[in-house]
Amino acid sequence: MMILDIQRLSIAFGGVRAVDEVSLSVASGTVFSIIGPNGAGKTSLFNLISGIYPPLDGRVRLGGEDVTGLPPDRLARRGLSRTFQNLQIFFRMTVLENVMVGCHRHERTGILADLLHLPSVGRQNHATRERAQAALECVGLAAEAERSAGALPYGALKRLEIARALTTEPRVLLLDEPAAGCNGVETAEVAAVIRGIVGDGVTVVLVEHDMRLVMNVSDRIHVLANGRTLAEGTAAEVRANPAVVEAYLGVHTAREAMRAQA
Amino acid sequence: MSVRRVLDHRLAVIALVGAIAVALPMWFPSAYYYRIGALVFVYALAALGLNLLMGFAGQVSLGHAGFMGIGAYAVAIVPAQFALPAWLGLLAGAALSGIVALAVGRPILRLKGHYLAVATLGFGLLVAIVFTNETRWTGGPDGMTVARLMLFGRTMSSAQSWYWISAFTFIAAATLALNLVDSPTGRALRAIHDSEIAARVLGVDVAQKKLAIFTVSALYASVAGSFLALLNGHVTPDVCGFLRSIELVAMVVLGGTGSVLGSLVGSAVLVVLPQALTVVHEYETMVLGLVIMGFMILLRHGVVPTLAARAGVRWT
Repeated sequence: MMILDIQRLSIAFGGVRAVDEVSLSVASGTVFSIIGPNGAGKTSLFNLISGIYPPLDGRVRLGGEDVTGLPPDRLARRGLSRTFQNLQIFFRMTVLENVMVGCHRHERTGILADLLHLPSVGRQNHATRERAQAALECVGLAAEAERSAGALPYGALKRLEIARALTTEPRVLLLDEPAAGCNGVETAEVAAVIRGIVGDGVTVVLVEHDMRLVMNVSDRIHVLANGRTLAEGTAAEVRANPAVVEAYLGVHTAREAMRAQA
Repeated sequence: MSVRRVLDHRLAVIALVGAIAVALPMWFPSAYYYRIGALVFVYALAALGLNLLMGFAGQVSLGHAGFMGIGAYAVAIVPAQFALPAWLGLLAGAALSGIVALAVGRPILRLKGHYLAVATLGFGLLVAIVFTNETRWTGGPDGMTVARLMLFGRTMSSAQSWYWISAFTFIAAATLALNLVDSPTGRALRAIHDSEIAARVLGVDVAQKKLAIFTVSALYASVAGSFLALLNGHVTPDVCGFLRSIELVAMVVLGGTGSVLGSLVGSAVLVVLPQALTVVHEYETMVLGLVIMGFMILLRHGVVPTLAARAGVRWT
């Protein structure tokens, strides 16, 4: 079943079509990666899917329902969440509290009950805390729960964002460069986390520059260049596609060669 | 474990404020000091309301005295025009402030930073103009007298009774504010403060949360305004003037954004200092300005948070 279905999605910034009629379908329970050179429109496409930008044109379907143009919080409540390339951590809160915010859509108390601290709030906090603690264990951060989020190293913050998004209990999780800036060990941890998430039945859509990670975890790979679809297929198919090699891997190898000469 | 800590902290802050409120009068040489004390708690109540908005959600309002004005004129107009008791005026003012906050907040809370500041500023000015110009209802720039509050068959006119009423109300309001810290709404608001976009993708309805806390903060200001009018026995448009709004923001920032105790400290500094500085009356304003600048330079995160951080205390 196609959990996420995108038809001819487009957006333009000042006349430049950052995303130009991109269509793709993601099967439930798989890892679907979107790759492409810098400026190909990967993050813009993510921002369209997650409702941060309203699309100029095209349709987005989530689990068969049309969700085009819905704001991010409504999408989250329908089971689509994401992480960010540039970290969006709640730095003044603890690690555990960061993840507890992810539980917000399951929390049932209103502002009046919260102000009066009715017994329901205590029960709600308890349930939320347990859920958040479990999510921290999934990404290996349980021991850091009570630390201030601002005190965590970069790689741990990347995993904290994943744990936080997971507590919304998404059907589809968009990961925007989860391994960017991570060292080899941290990247391996991210790969293990992604496999764990998919193992729990969540569909993962991944934007990533680390090709080893992409080739390792992806069921299908969609290649973008200049806002348009260049190719799509399995890791092996994409690697063997001459257009991809020329437009993307070709550029990369050329750069490598230059670096070798210098 | 952390539940215990939050609970302990809440009790500690409440106990501290309660102890201060009870102990202070022992050093009051005259009834005049009860009046100053009452003013400190009344302004602290309004500042605390504004602090919910600024400290939790990270949104600013430069028009919060407008809600003080609605509360103040409600306790003046309702008894004078409709011959109803003053406490009904207080409730009517709070209800009106809540409705106005919901109506005004919906469009302007979409604005961010400086734009929100200017929009709320406009709201404050508008309220002041209405109370100044509707002479038939409000007495215009000269204001109007406020009938005394009757409580349990007794007239509340002495500064002493207002000292206890306002202290008790502040403690109750502080308890509500502290309750919010570790609650679903409180976490959502603190999240909005740090990253609005991240809060949104986690399912937080940012516009609704901001509106809710803006309304609660308006209710705090409205009740404070009612108390101020009842304590003074008269009301003028100054109560909702631009300077009053700025003063509230200064109290929040000086005492410490996000700190319940900070609102009390900020109010105490800005209410007591001008009184104390009358000894240097020619230079009063100048010295006041210098002292405020000094506070901000030396304790740049606000008095209470800066000192708490030095002492290793987390929540205040």
